[in-house]
Amino acid sequence: MAASFAPRPTLDRSLGWFSLGLGVAELLAPKTVGRMIGVGDQSTMLRMCGMREIVSGVGLLSGRAPATFAMSRVVGDVMDLALLGASLRSPDANPTRVAAAATAVAGVAALDLYASKADLQSSLAEAPQDVPVTTSLTVNSPPEEVYQFWRKLENLPRFMTYLDSVRQVDERTSEWVARAPGGVKLQWRSEIVEDEPNRFISWRTCPGSEINHVGSVRFESAPNGRGTILRVEMYYGLPGGPMAARVGQLISNGPEAMVLEDLRRLKQLIETGEIATTRGQPSGARSLVGRAFSRGES
Amino acid sequence: MKAVCWQGVHKVGVEEVPDPRLINPRDAIIKVRKAAICGSDVHLYDGYIPTMMRGDILGHEFMGEVIETGPGVTNLSPGDRVVVPFPISCGNCFFCEQELYSLCENSNPNARLAEKFWGHSPCGIFGYSHLLGGYAGGQAEYVRVPFADVGPLKIPDAVSDEQALFLGDILPTGYMAAENCNIKQGDTVAVWGCGPVGLFAIMSAKVLGAARVIGIDRFPERLNLARRAGAETINYEEESTLEALNELTGGLGPDACIDAVGMEAHMHGVQHAYDKVKQAFRMETERPGVVRECIQACRKGGTVSVPGVYGGLADKIPLGAIVNKALTIKSGQTHVQRYMKPLLARIEAGEIDPTMIITHRVGIEEVPDAFQMFRDKQDDCVKVVVNMAS
Repeated sequence: MAASFAPRPTLDRSLGWFSLGLGVAELLAPKTVGRMIGVGDQSTMLRMCGMREIVSGVGLLSGRAPATFAMSRVVGDVMDLALLGASLRSPDANPTRVAAAATAVAGVAALDLYASKADLQSSLAEAPQDVPVTTSLTVNSPPEEVYQFWRKLENLPRFMTYLDSVRQVDERTSEWVARAPGGVKLQWRSEIVEDEPNRFISWRTCPGSEINHVGSVRFESAPNGRGTILRVEMYYGLPGGPMAARVGQLISNGPEAMVLEDLRRLKQLIETGEIATTRGQPSGARSLVGRAFSRGES
Repeated sequence: MKAVCWQGVHKVGVEEVPDPRLINPRDAIIKVRKAAICGSDVHLYDGYIPTMMRGDILGHEFMGEVIETGPGVTNLSPGDRVVVPFPISCGNCFFCEQELYSLCENSNPNARLAEKFWGHSPCGIFGYSHLLGGYAGGQAEYVRVPFADVGPLKIPDAVSDEQALFLGDILPTGYMAAENCNIKQGDTVAVWGCGPVGLFAIMSAKVLGAARVIGIDRFPERLNLARRAGAETINYEEESTLEALNELTGGLGPDACIDAVGMEAHMHGVQHAYDKVKQAFRMETERPGVVRECIQACRKGGTVSVPGVYGGLADKIPLGAIVNKALTIKSGQTHVQRYMKPLLARIEAGEIDPTMIITHRVGIEEVPDAFQMFRDKQDDCVKVVVNMAS
């Protein structure tokens, strides 16, 4: 999704500079800051807070994903309040100064919350209704063969892992079954919009479907007979709208990586007849982290 | 079955693990007869190759007997004695078609990871980190070999297990290092590191027509082997490598320089300390002392060939010398499949005896100790062969 480089509202900028200033002070002069806010010598903790402030500050000033960075400040404020509260148990804390600092943090937190809500609303308004994905890969096989493999839509689930099945209903219409994260089954009908043999296929979901999915694939002859350059473009209108799509991008590698992995599997199937994997091979005893990681491996 | 597993930095153990089974149509299962510990396994042992996981089965040098093949493997049958190349290569992609087997596009299931490190992914490799596929290796009683119709080479009866074993990695690696030097009549080739790959590079440079080959190391037993392989030698503990090379070549410098050492080079003085500290803090992944010295020593317009293993980023590489001396740098994981048949022919003809480098033969239970012995060059260790069939 294209980042917005439009000038951010003044509030974001002010909060950004505030974050940066506070962060640098905490990082370079943690003892002085500690005395000022009455928590005593908490240098390591303050340096870490300083790093966090600098990240939030630079993020806000960059103008990219302002909602995220404004929210990071809100989270930071909550952490700061908790730390201030905890510091009261320390013998060298100065309760009056800590209370003053906490009041200041609470005030800034209100501003941060306001800024993050405003940013979120404006970014939602700007966000496109669908998440566009474009990616390309070269397959060492002539366009005719790659086209034919793809045009036989029943082949799609062999390399698109989230698809359970695709069934051709008639020349142009097909029925798709997919598994969404969490095991939810999605089912929809798709129709081929354009079909130029050996060059181009585009499709979209039939009206009234649960999801809104538009895609196309171009089969370009690579120079000098070096196979086919596949160019894929897809739009996913997920249930839940742009918010769900954003969350999806955050928790997965992003749809681009997903489509690229699909194309890689397609390439392997066409070039070698199988998909490279280590799933099912033996190993010695894994660590806990290792067990979690190997599940994600293909 | 028993398998040698990576258990952490400086921790290798023999574990009881399930037997491998056929997964893809072009797989074969090999009963390992002999395996070896490679110098590059030491980088795993020392923890310098990222994405190793506890429980990974090690080993990428092995030979054995085919016991089962998938429906896609028609050129092998149970009972065949084969040596398996360390790169896993499909034989169908653009790179395999150019015989650039170690750059195979289709054998690394974790290609996306490697692309983040290097821009593009090389092939998958047995027992060599998840960055390179996470394939279970061959220091085990059995191993699954993918694309078995492309990689494994049948061994003729007249060639012994030990003679064939090194066709899977180090002999082709030494050979490709020498071939990359584009050796011409009268050339002098200098080889840093007289370990297994360096020794095979020396032999190969001779076979390819080098007039002089100079081996550089500090261990007497390795320098002895280098002399037996036909090289003059420099012990860098006793004299300065650069001065000695200039002296030997009349000030010209070697026509080609081979770095058969890699990322854990031992150097002297300030330079060694500098790289050791930076590597320890992961500010660089390599200690590139040998590459630096190769570049500095090489004659103008010459070639620096790097079979040594490097994984990430190195500092203070004298780019100025590369440009102003018009050097050619050649490197790459070995395209083993390309070299196996011609090198087997040279073994059969008696031109190369790969077994001359073997100093230790152990059973699988002794492998963990052998790792340490090999790494620390104790007991004059140059090459360890693991007998599985015992």
